[in-house]
Amino acid sequence: MMNKLILEVSGLTMDFGGIRALDRLDLDVRSKEIVALIGPNGAGKTTFFNCLTGIYLPSNGDIRLVSPQTGKESRLNGLKPNKITEKGVARTFQNIRLFSQMTVLENVMIGRHCRTSSLILGAIFRGRKTRKEEQETIDKSYEILEKVGLAEQANEFASNLSYGAQRRLEIGRALATEPFLLLLDEPAAGMNPQETADLVSLILQIRDEDHAILLIEHDMKLVMTLSDRIFVMDYGEKIAQGTPAEIRVNRAVIKAYLGEDVESDNA
Amino acid sequence: MDYFIELFCSGLTRGSIYALIALGYTMVYGIIGLINFAHGEIYMIGAFTSFIVATVLSIYGFPLAAIVVVAGVAAAIWSSAYGYTVEKIAYKPLRHAPRLAPLISAIGMSILLQNYVLLAQTSDFLPFPELIPEFAFMEPIAHIIGSSDIVILLTTTVVMLALTFLIKFTRIGKAMRATAQDRTMALLVGINVDRVISATFIIGSALAAIGGLLIASHIGQINFAIGFIAGIKAFTAAVLGGIGSIPGAVLGSLILGLTESFATGYISSDYEDVFAFSLLVLILIFKPSGLLGKAETKKV
Amino acid sequence: MITVKEVKKSLLVSLWFVFLTFPLMVIKVNPYERTVSWRWSNMLYVAIGTFVISLLAKAWFVRKERRMARQQDSCRSRTPIIQKILQRPGYRYPLAAFLLGAALAFPQLFSTYQANIMTTALMYIVLGLGLNIVVGVAGLLDLGYVAFYAVGAYSYALLNLHFGMGFWTVLPIGGLLAALFGVLLGFPVLRLRGDYLAIVTLGFGEIIRLILENWNAFSKGPSGISNISRPGFFGMEMSLDQAMIYMYYLMIGLLLVTIFVVNRLQDSRLGRAWLALREDEIACQAMGIDKTRTKLIAFSLGAFWAGLIGVIFAAKTTFVNPASFTFMESAIILSIVVLGGMGSIVGVILGALILVLLPEYLRALSEYRMLAFGAILVAMMIFKPEGLIAGVRRVYCYQGRKRNTALKNDE
Repeated sequence: MMNKLILEVSGLTMDFGGIRALDRLDLDVRSKEIVALIGPNGAGKTTFFNCLTGIYLPSNGDIRLVSPQTGKESRLNGLKPNKITEKGVARTFQNIRLFSQMTVLENVMIGRHCRTSSLILGAIFRGRKTRKEEQETIDKSYEILEKVGLAEQANEFASNLSYGAQRRLEIGRALATEPFLLLLDEPAAGMNPQETADLVSLILQIRDEDHAILLIEHDMKLVMTLSDRIFVMDYGEKIAQGTPAEIRVNRAVIKAYLGEDVESDNA
Repeated sequence: MDYFIELFCSGLTRGSIYALIALGYTMVYGIIGLINFAHGEIYMIGAFTSFIVATVLSIYGFPLAAIVVVAGVAAAIWSSAYGYTVEKIAYKPLRHAPRLAPLISAIGMSILLQNYVLLAQTSDFLPFPELIPEFAFMEPIAHIIGSSDIVILLTTTVVMLALTFLIKFTRIGKAMRATAQDRTMALLVGINVDRVISATFIIGSALAAIGGLLIASHIGQINFAIGFIAGIKAFTAAVLGGIGSIPGAVLGSLILGLTESFATGYISSDYEDVFAFSLLVLILIFKPSGLLGKAETKKV
Repeated sequence: MITVKEVKKSLLVSLWFVFLTFPLMVIKVNPYERTVSWRWSNMLYVAIGTFVISLLAKAWFVRKERRMARQQDSCRSRTPIIQKILQRPGYRYPLAAFLLGAALAFPQLFSTYQANIMTTALMYIVLGLGLNIVVGVAGLLDLGYVAFYAVGAYSYALLNLHFGMGFWTVLPIGGLLAALFGVLLGFPVLRLRGDYLAIVTLGFGEIIRLILENWNAFSKGPSGISNISRPGFFGMEMSLDQAMIYMYYLMIGLLLVTIFVVNRLQDSRLGRAWLALREDEIACQAMGIDKTRTKLIAFSLGAFWAGLIGVIFAAKTTFVNPASFTFMESAIILSIVVLGGMGSIVGVILGALILVLLPEYLRALSEYRMLAFGAILVAMMIFKPEGLIAGVRRVYCYQGRKRNTALKNDE
């Protein structure tokens, strides 16, 4: 199974003052693939996402994106976050960042912003084009809400949702931007087993709809069942990569997660 | 050349008074991340209190030395009390509100205090009693630097040194630095953050009051509206130096004072305030972290 | 409901304020005649006033806590009665029609003087609605709003003075010039954090005023420009009374247009983006919203409205000078938005009517006007940050997959 390459990161480095948060990281994602990024807390996973989505400007290295639909290639370094989203990369946040004073549906409608275009005059005169666009936004947003199982709560405030539902709404909002690469930052954090199971099937469904997924997650069971490939980071460096089966037995990984003791015990 | 030195000295005097006010902005900003719009008003209240006390005492015939001391102490006490109360009423209930809320509340406080003084006292300019006499030994250089300039420079230097000592070596100073770095962590190690915040407001207000007393006696008149412009200028100085940084506030104030002094001396005095405002706008646009401040990193 | 403990606490608060206000409230010196008057009665007023306010504030907080607890039990939020009425289309349209009728009949029923006051109130409503786009909806604290108002007023005054241009020609020009200033200022400063933005706009407002005050050759300095033409109506000659009433109807017209436009803007792709930006900029960018551009649109739209009203102001008073454009003017408009409810059109209208008409009709209170504005800003933030009438979120309905259409309820 060798799908088309859609994301290629090479030599990505990020320095904060004297601290090197990311050290010459290489990573690639192919279309219709679920790739997991794991590692102990503080390994630099979220920093990596922030570099990818333009929130941080990487100190060095290259991020290349290839659209699977058009085959067009672009370099993401130095682009503004909204441009990167327009190119087809969407994300969720580790500490949920919904628009809590807006309704669930409106949150998803915001995601449609970069796929629509009406501005001041459109808003004031509400011509046929604008009305059609609005209607499409509403319809597509509802469809997404049905997909993530929140259609019932469409008109409630986002802040009134349960924790698991908020995480799903974040995914829905990201999907509304029509990405081909979806970045999920700890989507299962704080979920109960039932919610996690629902999440797994949701992620698989999204993958089957032609989205590639790169996710950060601490729930190893979820990572091992979902991922096609896993990258392991520690102290800003990549220490291992491979299939779940390979990672499970990788010495460096075990060492990073469990410390030196295990190493000496085994020896 | 004399003109240059004269301008330089008056710039330093201006700057050191800005510094007394700017420190209050920077300290409060460092601790709770709020631009305390009402700080200029606290300074004005300090000036007014010292005016009232000094005038009353001089009417009752007290000696000058006693007047200076009592007026200074009274100004510091009441300004601190106002600063403390403003924090308790207008900022403390909003500590977890969205960022816009305490800012609007601060603007409201500023307008409230200004008009309170206007209604309680008067809208006229009032003559401030002369508290600093012309010293005889200053005679030979009086044409370039006045006695009150010297007093202001000396007082500010002493106050700055005292503040540095307070922040570096005392318990409350250490607690303040800890709270500025990380409020949650300070709370966890047992620092009473509420008390630290109150202390910051009290110290900042007392400094502003001293500034108020000094500038009022230097210029010779006061009015309820002096806090607004002085507040913005001191804020400009704090931002120029890097808001949150104490040495930055002093440096920024001196630079601003000198710039204003030279600009009005050599270019035109009509646009005195425009220089300060333009400087403010330019710094915020091009270097919002200021000269000695740290750039902020976004947390996501 | 109020315990002894709370009364004691309030007594302490009152005592503290007696101390706090002592020098300023009690002592008054006359430095020229060298006399001191001790106004002890003020001390009594302060003591009683602060005691009552402190008790009321405590009672309010207790009530709020109880209500919160109840709300968590029943899981239902309480909507105030005005909001309920507004939400029902059945009440809404008759009410709007009645208000419009009353507004149209007003100059016939009352004196021209009253109509003139109303025109001022209407101007503040439109200014409030304009600032509401910037502060209330997009969450950008603009403290220099009055600068754009000044740009509008002076562009009419100057174009009229030098080129004899008429009101109707300058009206759009003034608005556009103000919007242009908005773009020029907004472009560099909108990247700044919220509190810095507030200060920069404040500084900008002051710069504009100081320039108008000092650049005599351009603006005639503090003495201002007088004899500005009133707006014409197809070349008709009008008496002063007629001109004032004409001005009133003109403002009603502009208000209706403004309400229509602001309502449509809020309920659009752009309006949603503004609301989202107010809440979380980083999440917005991650959703593909161009932060700077979206803010810039809000900022310059607000400026445009201020410019329009500036032109009208110059035409109404036939005189402009820099004293009309101080920071306090910005503060009044901000108070209107904050009191009424950020992001709510009805709220802003109500806020403007209260803040402009009350001091106008209660002359005794007008002295305390600015004091009250300051107090309102603080009190609203502490007690009711959403304002008198909170903005209402729209409800969108989707009628299932088969019919890919959706019915919309209005707000």
